[in-house]
Amino acid sequence: MGSFLETLFGGLMVGMLYSLIALGFVLIYKASGVFNFAQGAMVLFAALAMARFAEWIPQLTGLNNKLIDNTIAFVLAALVMVVVAWLIQKLVLGRLVNQDGITLLMATLGITYFLEGAGQAIFGNSIYKIDIGMPKDPVFIFESTFPGGLLVNKEDLYAAVIAALLVAVLALFFQKTSTGRALRAVADDHQAAQSIGIPLDRIWVIVWAVAGIVALVAGVIWGSKLGVQFSLSLVALKALPVVILGGLTSIPGAIIGGLIIGVGEKLSEIYLGPMLGGGIEIWFAYVLALGFLLVRPQGLFGEKIIDRV
Amino acid sequence: MAVRDVMDREIGDVILDVRNISLRFGGVKALSDISFDVREHEIRAIIGPNGAGKSSMLNCINGVYQPQEGSISLRGQTFRHMNSRQVAEMGVARTFQNLALFKGMSVLDNIMTGRNLKMRTNLFQQAIRFGAAEREETAHRLVVEGIIDFLEIQAYRKTPVGKMPYGLQKRVDLGRALAMEPEVLLLDEPMAGMNVEEKQDMSRFILDVNDEFGTTIVLIEHDMGVVMDISDRVVVLDYGRKIGDGSPDEVRANADVISAYLGTATH
Repeated sequence: MGSFLETLFGGLMVGMLYSLIALGFVLIYKASGVFNFAQGAMVLFAALAMARFAEWIPQLTGLNNKLIDNTIAFVLAALVMVVVAWLIQKLVLGRLVNQDGITLLMATLGITYFLEGAGQAIFGNSIYKIDIGMPKDPVFIFESTFPGGLLVNKEDLYAAVIAALLVAVLALFFQKTSTGRALRAVADDHQAAQSIGIPLDRIWVIVWAVAGIVALVAGVIWGSKLGVQFSLSLVALKALPVVILGGLTSIPGAIIGGLIIGVGEKLSEIYLGPMLGGGIEIWFAYVLALGFLLVRPQGLFGEKIIDRV
Repeated sequence: MAVRDVMDREIGDVILDVRNISLRFGGVKALSDISFDVREHEIRAIIGPNGAGKSSMLNCINGVYQPQEGSISLRGQTFRHMNSRQVAEMGVARTFQNLALFKGMSVLDNIMTGRNLKMRTNLFQQAIRFGAAEREETAHRLVVEGIIDFLEIQAYRKTPVGKMPYGLQKRVDLGRALAMEPEVLLLDEPMAGMNVEEKQDMSRFILDVNDEFGTTIVLIEHDMGVVMDISDRVVVLDYGRKIGDGSPDEVRANADVISAYLGTATH
């Protein structure tokens, strides 16, 4: 029981991070119908910016307070992501309005390579550390409920809390502010939104900026766990099965899909691994997504597309 | 339905002037050389059989289509190459034939989106719900509640519009447009697919909007009967050409109109 719960916990933590990246996909897809292949590159770009800013700020200002340095670096990196969002809208997507989905997808593929290249050109291409002071030591929790308690990584626990907070903030933003309402309106119907005076180009900049900041948070958490390096942009590939599972148009779907995949791959590794020879974690998500495509192509929470003939 | 009493409203000067509009899609001529005007506070109908170009005309006024020739001016200000957002900023609101509501959102939220152009606070004020943003939200909410009362959909305030009956969704569509406090309201087949009772309700709302708020209304309708009862003047289109223009009685007596609607042997 204890080891099952530990695996479950571990899976939930990893799943939370998948959810964060999937969330970036869903936000942009819902609001603009663009499948943003560059989400992973945005994670890398944001994490590189954060890591390097945190390194440069003490050098430039002589401030050696980690909290202040990290806060400034985070704000700067967030600003960079807003500028990136604005540039993408102005230079790329704004010029491709009303083009086919495949054209937009190819454009984001181009953005992917550009961001990966530019990110490494500006910020460097070695492995960098993000140290936001998350404790690395494992702790025992629920010691009173279980004999021996559960061993969890404190860092994972913090990461999960941060991710959950971010999701809560986003939910509040979408539900409670008038800009959030406008965003939801655009996601539902472009034409109608425009007819009541909602400026689509501004909304899209906001959505890309929000997706950029989500990418930044994901990048900071992954980066502080594993270091910031090129492979970070590949994490996004793990988010593809998540959005297939949860549905491309559903924010709760992205979150629950991420958790299912996180938990699924850890549990299958432990319980099916011995039977199938291990290494399940690598392919589990994709096979699950494949199964879903066969049975329920719109995902758990996605909108079923019914064509009138 | 009583024929309306025109005397108590002041029909004003020309507010919307459509001049020689031609619209082509590739080789297909959707509209050829259409001209008409709309006077302040009046209810102006555009009617015609299927495929006559009614919706195309409305979409030109609304900025969805850009006509190749001709001009449209609102209060003397000509607009060319404007998108629907810019037209909205000039005080023109519209409803849609095939409901284009925000289906996942509640009635309240849908109508609140209509206040978007009147919102002045920025994203950051809203994010921290700073005084101004809070006050603004409350003020707009009051207006929206007034509209909800007016349209008699109080009971559905928090219902996602996708779950409402069709006739009521049409009202929400109207409510969202009203929330913009438009000078000119464009209604695209407001009674399409409704039963007699729903049509009567909708006619009443349209007349009330016109009377109480003095909104100028341009409405497209397929159903001749309803239109004749509520409109001040009627434009008739057929195959993208204008074949009649005048009061309901004049239009009803127009030979071209009769043949367009009923077909004729002498062609």
